[in-house]
Amino acid sequence: MTAASSKHLDMQPNGCLNDSMPNDMNDVFKALADPCRRELLDRLYEDNGQTLGELCERMAMTRQGVTKHLALLEAANLVVVVWRGREKLHYLNPEPIQQIHERWIGKFERHRLEALDTLKRTLEDSQDE
Amino acid sequence: MNKPEFVYVTYIDTTPDKVWQALTNGEFTRQYWGGRSITSDWQTGSTVKHLKPDGSLDWAGEVLEADPPRRLSYTFDPSGEMSGQKSEQTAQPQAEKPSRVTFEIEEYMGKVRLTLTHDRFEPGSKVLQGISVGWPAILSSLKSLLEKGEPLFPDWS
Repeated sequence: MTAASSKHLDMQPNGCLNDSMPNDMNDVFKALADPCRRELLDRLYEDNGQTLGELCERMAMTRQGVTKHLALLEAANLVVVVWRGREKLHYLNPEPIQQIHERWIGKFERHRLEALDTLKRTLEDSQDE
Repeated sequence: MNKPEFVYVTYIDTTPDKVWQALTNGEFTRQYWGGRSITSDWQTGSTVKHLKPDGSLDWAGEVLEADPPRRLSYTFDPSGEMSGQKSEQTAQPQAEKPSRVTFEIEEYMGKVRLTLTHDRFEPGSKVLQGISVGWPAILSSLKSLLEKGEPLFPDWS
């Protein structure tokens, strides 16, 4: 077991562990539970791939504060970094939000996709006639 | 130097070889990628084809780099015009130039860190809008297949 995962396990109440809730989801919800960090994600959603300097220009917060919030977002995999030469660009990573989406909305999406598929087939069949 | 438009990072509890296989083997992609099969000999310069369940072309591209099991890059051309072959979509006037898909596979704390970068889009690209919705669903289905043995949307087409 890795050091990082045992840290999370220690924080889990007994009986709360199961496969469907990865431990790092706690990091995701903690990271999302702050308006400044949500605002940083909003900024990246509007314009993905920004440097720290660009993000600071539009935030009413110190550079140090933005750095701290970005580190938490990175730890939760909500933000990922891409190096372009010497520039460190921050990207909104949709992966954790996709996991949340699938957990509670995914089954409805599946029905929607099936409905679309049925519609497509029906339309194609009627074209053939 | 343009910056990438789309980046997606996911951690998968598996091995780099399995991720490589899942990305390059048509029998594998068919299971998590809405029944679609990817085909190529994965040599630089070779064609990549992505076929719908009925065998028609979904999109095509060219292998830019294939370094198993670490790095895979190909062009992505949803207009699907390859060597005289035309799909119905090529008739659309808004066909965009091919963009670029790059997968990086790294081991990270006993798991695999899979990074997808999709870049080189035209300004205001419609393809970018489409892939921004598509990749999260596809790669999440891949993760589910590799970790739990079942994809999320096996029948999606």
